[in-house]
Amino acid sequence: MLEYARWKYILIAAVLVIALLLALPNVFGSAQALQLAHRDHSPVTAAEATSISGYLSQHGVHFDKYYVDGSGRLMVQFADVSDQLQARDLVDAKYQEAYISALSMVPRTPRFLSVLGLKPMPLGLDLRGGLDLLYQVDVNSAIAQSLQNYSQDSGRALAAAKISFRNIAFIKAGGSALQNAIQITFAPGADLSAAQQALATPLQGLTITPQSGPDGPQLVAAMTPAQLKQREDYAIEQSVTILRNRVNQMGVSEPTVQRQGLDRIDVQLPGVQNAAEVKNLLGRFATLEFRLNDTTGNAVAAAQTGNIPLGDKLYTKTPNGLPLLLKREVIATGDQLTNATSGQGQEGPEVEVTLNSKAGDNMLRTTRQNVGKQMAVVLIEKRQETSTVNGKKVSREVTEQRVINDATIQGVFANRFSITGLSTGEANDLAILLRSGSLPTPILLVSEQVVGPSLGRENIRTGIAALVIGMAGVLGFMLIYYKVFGLVADLVLIANVVLLTALLSLMGATLSLPGIAGIILTVGIAVDANVLIYERIREEIRKGVTPQAAIRAGFEKAFSAIADSNITTLIAGIVLWVFGTGAIRGFAVVLTLGIATSMFTSLMGSRALVTLMYGRKRKVARLPI
Amino acid sequence: MEFFSHQTDFKFMATRHVWYGLSAILMIASIVMLFTRGLNLAIDFTGGVSAQATFPVTADLGAVRQRLVAAGFRDPQVQNFGSSRNIAIRLPPEPKMTSQDVLRERLEAALKAVNAGATVQQLSVVGPQVGSQLETSAAWALFFTLILIFLYIAFRFHTWRLSLGAILAVLHDPILVLGWFAASQTSFDLAVVAAILAVIGYSLNDTVVVFDRIRERFESNRRLPPNVVLDQSINQTLSRTIMTKVVTAIVVVALLVLGGPVLKGFSEALLIGILAGTYSSIYISSAVALECGLTAEHIFPTIKKTAVDHLP
Repeated sequence: MLEYARWKYILIAAVLVIALLLALPNVFGSAQALQLAHRDHSPVTAAEATSISGYLSQHGVHFDKYYVDGSGRLMVQFADVSDQLQARDLVDAKYQEAYISALSMVPRTPRFLSVLGLKPMPLGLDLRGGLDLLYQVDVNSAIAQSLQNYSQDSGRALAAAKISFRNIAFIKAGGSALQNAIQITFAPGADLSAAQQALATPLQGLTITPQSGPDGPQLVAAMTPAQLKQREDYAIEQSVTILRNRVNQMGVSEPTVQRQGLDRIDVQLPGVQNAAEVKNLLGRFATLEFRLNDTTGNAVAAAQTGNIPLGDKLYTKTPNGLPLLLKREVIATGDQLTNATSGQGQEGPEVEVTLNSKAGDNMLRTTRQNVGKQMAVVLIEKRQETSTVNGKKVSREVTEQRVINDATIQGVFANRFSITGLSTGEANDLAILLRSGSLPTPILLVSEQVVGPSLGRENIRTGIAALVIGMAGVLGFMLIYYKVFGLVADLVLIANVVLLTALLSLMGATLSLPGIAGIILTVGIAVDANVLIYERIREEIRKGVTPQAAIRAGFEKAFSAIADSNITTLIAGIVLWVFGTGAIRGFAVVLTLGIATSMFTSLMGSRALVTLMYGRKRKVARLPI
Repeated sequence: MEFFSHQTDFKFMATRHVWYGLSAILMIASIVMLFTRGLNLAIDFTGGVSAQATFPVTADLGAVRQRLVAAGFRDPQVQNFGSSRNIAIRLPPEPKMTSQDVLRERLEAALKAVNAGATVQQLSVVGPQVGSQLETSAAWALFFTLILIFLYIAFRFHTWRLSLGAILAVLHDPILVLGWFAASQTSFDLAVVAAILAVIGYSLNDTVVVFDRIRERFESNRRLPPNVVLDQSINQTLSRTIMTKVVTAIVVVALLVLGGPVLKGFSEALLIGILAGTYSSIYISSAVALECGLTAEHIFPTIKKTAVDHLP
């Protein structure tokens, strides 16, 4: 007689039922869809939906159904990718002005599952097509910016405390102690302790060391490693937020923006094929400045001689090509905007901006005092330019300042007004850039990958084929080799794949080709536990033990081998999970979970099945193993 | 069905010096290959451009290569994958990272000149900066895996001798895989790195199963000489070792044949690694422990003779 506790049967049954339910949506998969949203984010009406769908069927595009989803977007669902692509082209040609279109996927999950909140695993870009961009954040420039701020604050604090100093320099790199520091030089015999006291607040947290320099005593304030790390993290997290804002503005379905490794940001845009439009918006660093025009000065002369009147700044890039002198004082900047929308005004494309209250007050005061005078809008863009100098790649930041508009102030205005002087495309992009906020530091595109939708489907096909054939081979072989026990192993193996799929769906993991490879490999590895048990049972039988005792001994003696061997493999899997990114991590997640689930299914599942089959009989003459 | 109908009794440990020689030759050959030929690193590491394109008819690789050169691409590598209608193109990193769209246009124009129905299915442009970070994280991953496994085995089996054997076996397998990649010049990409780390885990699996049996044999008979115990343990787990390998090989071959070009290097690495792992779990991990003087006392320290006995 073999026994196995009743609660274990109940536990196994419950786990399997839940797993089946969680895994089931993956069987139905997802359908291709086209997602249409109004550019102004207002919901799509039923009448509009009917008209667009009518237009599509008129042009011979077959679709399964269409509906307006919870966020007010029109979703059109297709059976085939070619219909989806054709529909996108048709819609873009006719409705581009009013709608943002995006290729998307909609779960085909039946209602009884979707009401439970169950969904299939989302597919990775390699399986559904899309654009993957990898950016590198220029953390050095973020550090440089901090040093700049520290030196400005120190100068101000010293001036306030009436302590004179010769100069402040920053040290980017140097001796180990002098890295990322500012160096303040004082006149010989200056009271360093008083200076140190004055600098305590602005340089809080920095390590300040006095030293004697060639021109006089110096104070060197270095950023601590913790401060550097914090500053870098801030720059990266901020960049992630802003990239995410921008991606969301573009109306891509299910985008992911995430930090990768030390200083990288990975942006995945499923369904997106045209990289130009996206890249143009994502990596841009643009802001606005509003300044008064100083018409009293002679701008042309200033441009020629280089003698710029005090309090003015010279701009050579202007709408009419003539240089302009603008006041140094900035009335408002792009950071002070609360909203920006593009549209068509009486004078062509325009961006309507809303300022926050502080900038709005400033604008009100300025315009009240300067009616009839000129005000200019300056667009500032920073770009990263890479060039080769002496065989080494050097990337350098280029800032371009362009006056996009210079107009007479007709009346008093405060926080809401429009900017003209842009093309439609420029107005759209500028509105998005202003709305999403400006990047804290330039970012550099280091890798980009685009996968066509048909290649994605091909990858799914080959992945599934390898899974089915590989699994069939394993199941068949186990059946031949271990007969009835092979059947038990097969059932357990299938249960393992179901359990693994369920767990991945529950975690919301994205399925990619390396992930499918991980599932296939797990099938091979998961067999091992059963093999260990069965070989042990055979060994016991050879020793002449009764069948039921052999089964019991087989499970018990194989346990330590299964546990130790799987735990060592798990260690490798978890390390890979922690250190890997992208494809490697996807594979590691599947491998790690697969090993964990296989321990459950082979140790508990197969024991339960075998006990069910042979446990109740008083005597078993021979085991079919 | 059974591979061995009765218990085998191969004298594995007696011939271990022969196998050390073979291992040494293979390792040296692999390392020489690595240094002389090097790995055919994919753009994941080197930066550069990779593209996949489909033709409506069989693609004329020579014509494609010619057109690409004519279009100003420096030494393009063009090869088939999957079918004669699919081609994979690799270009070295551009001095100035050209925008992908310009590149795509130029590429498509060159391909369409060969056949108007050609389409670019996939295009990756990787900057040269990407590589270095990957190498360091792969190295850290390997380092931590080895340390953790050394500790785990030392903890579970009470002796560093087995840990050392396991670690040496674990280093042995990836070196052979790397040697194979250097010899065959198969494209070495990120997926291969994942496969190699999986091989480490998998090869350990085997080693630990043998160790478990060694522990069990020593427990039941502490007086048996260690080399006999090791031989018995390997023989007793032999049918399991072969069975598991056959089954895993089935799925890996399915991946190799059906998985397409993306998974080719990955499945090749797994296959070589599984073969090497089987051998190393027998000849390296156990044999090294034996060379280090493994005895029953190391695994079961409770029966250790008292220190007094060792005094003169």
